Amino acid sequence: MARKASPANWPLLRQLRGKDRLGRGAAVRSQATQANRPRTVESDRVVKSVCPYCAVGCAQNLYVKDDKVVQIEGDPDAPHSRGRLCPKGSATLQLTTGDAREQHVLYRRPYARDWERLDLDTAMDMVTDKFVRTREAGWEWESEGKRTRRCMSIAALGGATLDNEENYLIKKFLTAAGIVQIENQARVCHSSTVVGLGTSFGRGASSTLPGDLQNSDLIVLEGSNMAEAHPVAYQWVMEAKARGATVIHVDPHYSRTSALADIFVPLRAGTDIAFLGGVINHVLSTESDFREYVVAYTNAPTIVGEEFEDVGVDGLFSGYDEEKRGYDPSSWQYEDAFVAAAAGQRDQEGNVEALAGEGQDRDGEAARGQPKLDPTLQHPRCVWQILKRHYAQYTPETVERVCGVPQDVFAEVCRLFVENSGRERTAAFVHGVGWTQHTIGSQYIRAASILQLLLGNMGRPGGGVMAMRGHASIQGSSDIPTLFDTLPGYIPMPHAHGHEDLDKFIAGTAARRGFWGDMRNYTVSLLKAWWGAAASEENDYCFDYLPRLTGSHSTYDTVMEQIKGTVKGYFLFGENPAVGSANTRMQRLGMSKLDWLVVRDFSLIESATWWKDGPEIESGEMLTEEIATEVFFFPAAAHIEKEGTFTNTQRMLQWHHKGQDPVEEQRSDLWFMYHLGKRVRERLAGSQDERDRPVLELTWEHPTEGEHEEPSADTVLAEVNGWNADGEMLSTYTELKDDGSTSCGCWIYCGCYADGVNQTARRKPAREQNWTGGEWAWAWPANRRILYNRASADPEGRPWSERKALVWWDSEKGEWTGHDTPDFEADKPPGYRPPPGASGPAAIAGDTPFIMQADQRGWLYAPAGVADGPMPTHYEPQDSPVANSIYPARQRNPAREVYEHENNRYHPDPDEPGADVFDVVVTTYRLTEHFTAGGMTRWTPYLAELQPEFFCEVSPELAAERGLEHAGWATLVSARGCVEARVMVTDRMTPLQIEGRTLHQIGMPYHWGANGYAKGDSMNELSSMALDPSSHIQEVKALSVAIRPGRRPRGAARQELVREYRERAGITAQTGMRP
Amino acid sequence: MSTTGERPELSGERPELSGGPPPAPEGGLLNILLEHGDPAGASGWQEHPPRMGFFTDTSVCIGCKACEVACKEWNEVPEDGLDWTGHSHDNTGGLGADTWRHVAFIEQRVPVGGHQPNFQRAPAAGEEGKDGFRWLMSSDVCKHCTHAACLDVCPTGAIFRTEFGTVVVQQDICNGCGYCVPACPYGVLDKREEDGRIFKCTLCYDRLGVGQEPACAKACPTDSIQFGPLEELRERAAGRVERLHEAGVIEARLYGERPDDGVGGDGAFFLLLDEPEVYGLPPDPIVTTRDLPRMWRNVGIAAGALLAGAIGSFAGARR
Amino acid sequence: MSEGSEAKVTRDGLEGVRPGREALTWSHDAGRDARGDDAAQPRAGDARQPASEAAHGRRGGGRRRRGGRDQFTSYYGKPIINAPVWEERDIAGYLFAGGLAGASSILAAGGELSARPRLARRCKVCAAASLGVSLVALVHDLGRPERFINMLRVFKPTSPMSVGSWLLGAYGPLNATALTSDVLGLAPRTGRAASLGAGLLGAGVASYTAALIADTAVPAWHGGHRELPFVFVGSAASAGSGFALLAVPREESAPARRMAVLGAVGELAAEQLMERRLGMVAESLHDGLAGKRLKAAKALTALGAIGAASLAGRSRAAAAFSGAALLAGSALTRFGLFEAGMASARDPKFTVQPQRERLLAAEPNVPA
Repeated sequence: MARKASPANWPLLRQLRGKDRLGRGAAVRSQATQANRPRTVESDRVVKSVCPYCAVGCAQNLYVKDDKVVQIEGDPDAPHSRGRLCPKGSATLQLTTGDAREQHVLYRRPYARDWERLDLDTAMDMVTDKFVRTREAGWEWESEGKRTRRCMSIAALGGATLDNEENYLIKKFLTAAGIVQIENQARVCHSSTVVGLGTSFGRGASSTLPGDLQNSDLIVLEGSNMAEAHPVAYQWVMEAKARGATVIHVDPHYSRTSALADIFVPLRAGTDIAFLGGVINHVLSTESDFREYVVAYTNAPTIVGEEFEDVGVDGLFSGYDEEKRGYDPSSWQYEDAFVAAAAGQRDQEGNVEALAGEGQDRDGEAARGQPKLDPTLQHPRCVWQILKRHYAQYTPETVERVCGVPQDVFAEVCRLFVENSGRERTAAFVHGVGWTQHTIGSQYIRAASILQLLLGNMGRPGGGVMAMRGHASIQGSSDIPTLFDTLPGYIPMPHAHGHEDLDKFIAGTAARRGFWGDMRNYTVSLLKAWWGAAASEENDYCFDYLPRLTGSHSTYDTVMEQIKGTVKGYFLFGENPAVGSANTRMQRLGMSKLDWLVVRDFSLIESATWWKDGPEIESGEMLTEEIATEVFFFPAAAHIEKEGTFTNTQRMLQWHHKGQDPVEEQRSDLWFMYHLGKRVRERLAGSQDERDRPVLELTWEHPTEGEHEEPSADTVLAEVNGWNADGEMLSTYTELKDDGSTSCGCWIYCGCYADGVNQTARRKPAREQNWTGGEWAWAWPANRRILYNRASADPEGRPWSERKALVWWDSEKGEWTGHDTPDFEADKPPGYRPPPGASGPAAIAGDTPFIMQADQRGWLYAPAGVADGPMPTHYEPQDSPVANSIYPARQRNPAREVYEHENNRYHPDPDEPGADVFDVVVTTYRLTEHFTAGGMTRWTPYLAELQPEFFCEVSPELAAERGLEHAGWATLVSARGCVEARVMVTDRMTPLQIEGRTLHQIGMPYHWGANGYAKGDSMNELSSMALDPSSHIQEVKALSVAIRPGRRPRGAARQELVREYRERAGITAQTGMRP
Repeated sequence: MSTTGERPELSGERPELSGGPPPAPEGGLLNILLEHGDPAGASGWQEHPPRMGFFTDTSVCIGCKACEVACKEWNEVPEDGLDWTGHSHDNTGGLGADTWRHVAFIEQRVPVGGHQPNFQRAPAAGEEGKDGFRWLMSSDVCKHCTHAACLDVCPTGAIFRTEFGTVVVQQDICNGCGYCVPACPYGVLDKREEDGRIFKCTLCYDRLGVGQEPACAKACPTDSIQFGPLEELRERAAGRVERLHEAGVIEARLYGERPDDGVGGDGAFFLLLDEPEVYGLPPDPIVTTRDLPRMWRNVGIAAGALLAGAIGSFAGARR
Repeated sequence: MSEGSEAKVTRDGLEGVRPGREALTWSHDAGRDARGDDAAQPRAGDARQPASEAAHGRRGGGRRRRGGRDQFTSYYGKPIINAPVWEERDIAGYLFAGGLAGASSILAAGGELSARPRLARRCKVCAAASLGVSLVALVHDLGRPERFINMLRVFKPTSPMSVGSWLLGAYGPLNATALTSDVLGLAPRTGRAASLGAGLLGAGVASYTAALIADTAVPAWHGGHRELPFVFVGSAASAGSGFALLAVPREESAPARRMAVLGAVGELAAEQLMERRLGMVAESLHDGLAGKRLKAAKALTALGAIGAASLAGRSRAAAAFSGAALLAGSALTRFGLFEAGMASARDPKFTVQPQRERLLAAEPNVPA
């Protein structure tokens, strides 16, 4: 009791003496109460940081006392988050300073039953040793006669939760070591967004920022559970509503997002292209598009070559090759012009060589000139007419039949779209992984892009396509990619071709006009950043040091390689594939074939312990004593224990400062990669082997600080920004040169360190600037916050509407001006016309906003870049109980990627016997209270208690039909596995009328696994490896399952049940494989 | 003593109706219990800041539970168990010693036209027509009543009225007698068994002291939880209800904002979209001590009767 | 033009910005603004009136289907108030022991004045013993027993427990003095004064506990706050006299016999009144464990009273039997009422329905 004993303090006396006669206030306050001060005030300093969860990137203040973080709160100055935090962000103190984090290195010997301690230094040496030996053993100079110069025996996964600086070092070192199988969460989350947006507009990232949604007249949330997955960004949707905007949520599952929308439109999972195609058809058939915009800024007038054939009765575009299960896209090209895509499938060397043979130049630079246009849109082969024909069959009736959306509701949506677009109004799309994770995911994004172009919503305030990304830096791990198919800044990784050099590479992948025309500058500067002095004109700037691709090396291909035995060593950087990736069983199977596995994380996630307690151990299919894999667990440092940048969903790089040191053997991934690199280089020192030169000549010197020798993230960011020959920091990518005089680790990030100042650490309060928050941190490219904003003005440079002004041409000053950094050469007048033969930026006319595109136009029709067709087309999901009634001859995406493996079986076609076994559709989603695979939240008590168990949401109708009891248990079965979940009977799920019959859908969050505080089965035991061909993303948002009451069998009986269902459905190796 | 004009019949003789003063002819000192305007002043705070409170507007709540977590982080409230209830997304249950903010989730089928559902379920097998559906979410918290029963009945002075007009339990004083628990008409306070003391929302008294807003209000992504001087909040709330009614959301109503209600108005009040009990709130709570003067009177009479009876028993008793 | 939104971005910046908390939610009509419909008017044929009044009267939540599977208008059937965290043995036990102590002190004082030494002494012993038990129970029930002294930190007339603490603080010593002086035969004057004081305060001790439990939101307790003091003194009287009948020879127990009858009659009558006033809340007194206890209590009390009035004067055995019945009856009354309170707190209907009825009565203009 803090109260002093002195009778003077006896409240009874104070009560009698003072005003508080009844002793209910002033008189009875204790001294302890009086002395109590909040720790926010008692702290020594406040450190600026960023939330480590989703890609909204809420700014945080760390309150530090005695070099320990004692409180974490939102930073009210932040323009994007305004000091608010969701439950996860609010629990980051417990996440980082709670007792759930491992502090020591753990080691599992081959065949051992349990972990043992190993000191950090020894562990690093052992990993170095294994890295060197495995690399040597798995080295490959050539593949099928083509030089590959790579190592196929090592792979890495993870990066979306790391800092850009960490991803940069991982990509840089592993690539130099010849490793191509480098992947991260971006692959399984939004890779299809990159393809969809990139091919349509020129950049594969969100075109706008959540904060600009407040300017929308209509917001359509589709494929996004924004209020749950990105609650703090949802404040801007509310802001728009406050200003009178209408909000529509289209989703198979009524979520907390739907609850506050004006209209919720339930549709069948996996049919968004049919739905959007219906809207496109409505716009085209009623000619309610924004015609001036469409003619001036999109490729609607462009004439397509005669070779092109639209999808016919066979459900195929022209150029399909049954053998390759894929398309040769050359027949999709414009007439007399060859354009390269800004994203997606860009390796066109074959075609280029072919064309060169015909004396035709890329981009139709030959006499035949530029792509032909018909501004009247009447030419039968102009994109407009092709599009119109393509979508003609996507009628309201079709939409109702295929999606289960009643015609009156659909009409309402179309009306709202049209009425809230055009000159005076703008509508925005918000999407998340509900759109991306499909076997035709890239085309979902394309469909939305087409609609936004037709309605004139791109580049304008309140418009655009807002891609809500999931991880703190998943945009960053796409920009500085720990991805197999790109180099920093979306420069494609070179494919293996005969005697290829830098020039051939550029010629074969980059557009000639627009800013991709400068790709050589970006590439040479990157090579200089990596190999410094060693990179010279003589040796083609070490271009040959880059390992080559032969097809897809996505994380799922890596799993197959693991199972085959090619991949022997595997790094996991904060990713949990044993829960989060499709078909987790295959993931564990793959890992069980490894020689060694390195897991870096906070806690012992499922991907670290599968060898002792995974489902296959429980079922007896695997015996711990028989698993040879050596496992190293390295405890990771948290965001408050390191500095660096996260790139959030609006392309904004935010620097987070360090609040405290990690304890014991916890280290940052920057530390791990840097010191692993050093040790490997020491090990290889003196090697004369050509194989080792890229590693030894790599620039790998960064100052370190502190007893742990933590490398300086600051200098890494500086290297990413780049410098000129005199070592001066560059201020923008237009300063980059192809003569080796400039160095830049990621050209689109060039300028983040302009003037030698860390621009990403800027923290100018929201109240002191406009809504775009241009002086808060730094956004790529060139700090532009709303992309293609030149399109907010008409061809003459005047805002389309004075109520939607963003940037405009100031003829007096002779420059573009406005509320945002113009996404255009600042002084290029609207009237500028490129001279004949011009290339690169010079070829960009003054009235063409899409400066990254080969033809500077928004692509309604994609002549290249998208593997499964120039126009989005409805195909059913891989596992669907419904037949494709739009293209009866083609059930599924003919170009999708499927894997034949007995643990990755697919479900029958709807017309095959046994199709009725898996007759219910599952869609997955995230809960506010948890994060992706749960590695951070299931271990955090404050979050675990809010959603403690894995459950499935079923409609009362389905529950009645199958005898499912509310709060009871259900067992869900697919051809891959079976899981049990608590039953949540709720009106939020509703049966749909599809093709004249009732179809049931089930909603399932996928956060759970066997480890942690809140435990449960993993939804991904059910999903399959079936991928989108352009982006290699898996389909987990729509799949068919069987559901029955009760808990699942234990032990061996679990797979027995799966086998039984497979037999009943007559599933074989061929099932569902038909192209 | 204020009794509003609108409900005169509530004064004096109808004490069991809300809003009225107690009959309390002999209330005397206890009349202070009826102060509506200035609870802080009535509790001996002479120079004190304006009364601070919460306006929780459930019509913009997205049920994210940031308030629950931010509160626990700031106040170091223990996690209290993994219990999947199946009650929509509410796995917290209700306010208590370890839950100072509680988000309620209510799923409703509502007659179309009777409310504004944003989605109409397909007619279920056999059913005719469509049902509207809506999902209500609401973050509950201690009401910091103008007339706080918990504070009145606390025998130790552990619970006190702060200079901000809020009600706080002093943990260095509380001896866990538990009297406040059943005294609260909202079921806010409870005993932390392993600790023995009583805990509840402090409206972040420590933060208020240095001009910082409570943790829950600061975190709330959609401003469903609004913190500020109570007078301002009441004005804002009145305007909000009006605007919603104009927009046809006629079921919107304020709860706990009326200074003439049974607890003299709540320091933390709400905008609800259905009857209070639907959210687990009492429709017409009354501070129990409003009847205390009568209780004391009757206790006195009863004691007298006992003595009288005793005297009678002895007087009339023969040897 | 009718604008879908006020979302203007002019060359000068944003116009018509509104904080997100002003978002129009739950208004499907908002979606129709763009078409120029007047969202301000509820749809045609919509006879509903705004809920500002409704909040203070209109019923009807219950008719709709709720989340979860239940029909009753409550939040998943959860209680609205938190039930007392008091241990039944401690607190119900104290209600009984306190009453017994108080009444015993009164009998002791009477015995002292009317020269009934055995009645006086034995009742003092009983009072002291019951008080001891009471204090142990009270301290034991605290979450932090070592802090019992905080009870004397303030004096709060608004808190029956605070008043009770001070009351016991005065009553205890008087009681002890009275007993010691009696047993040791010391300072008889002081002793006599003490036992008179204890007798007077005893009346308070026997009655204040009614306010203690009535001054809560527990429907069964608060609802009975008018009658409860009389029930309690009646119950105390029958307990005290019951003890006397049991422990004191007939020639000195006449007053106790009369007091027993008065007490019992008072208790039973007051309880009848209380149950009538409680209305539907009275269910909590009739059903379940509480119902069983209270029925038994009434029977035993009545039996004891009749015994006291008739045979107890003549037969020691009958007196002892009646006394025991009265004691048991009183104890069961306290434990019964305690349990009834708990039951009424656990079921939300006891909290909601009376409040709803009150609101309806308050607003006759709103149809039920």
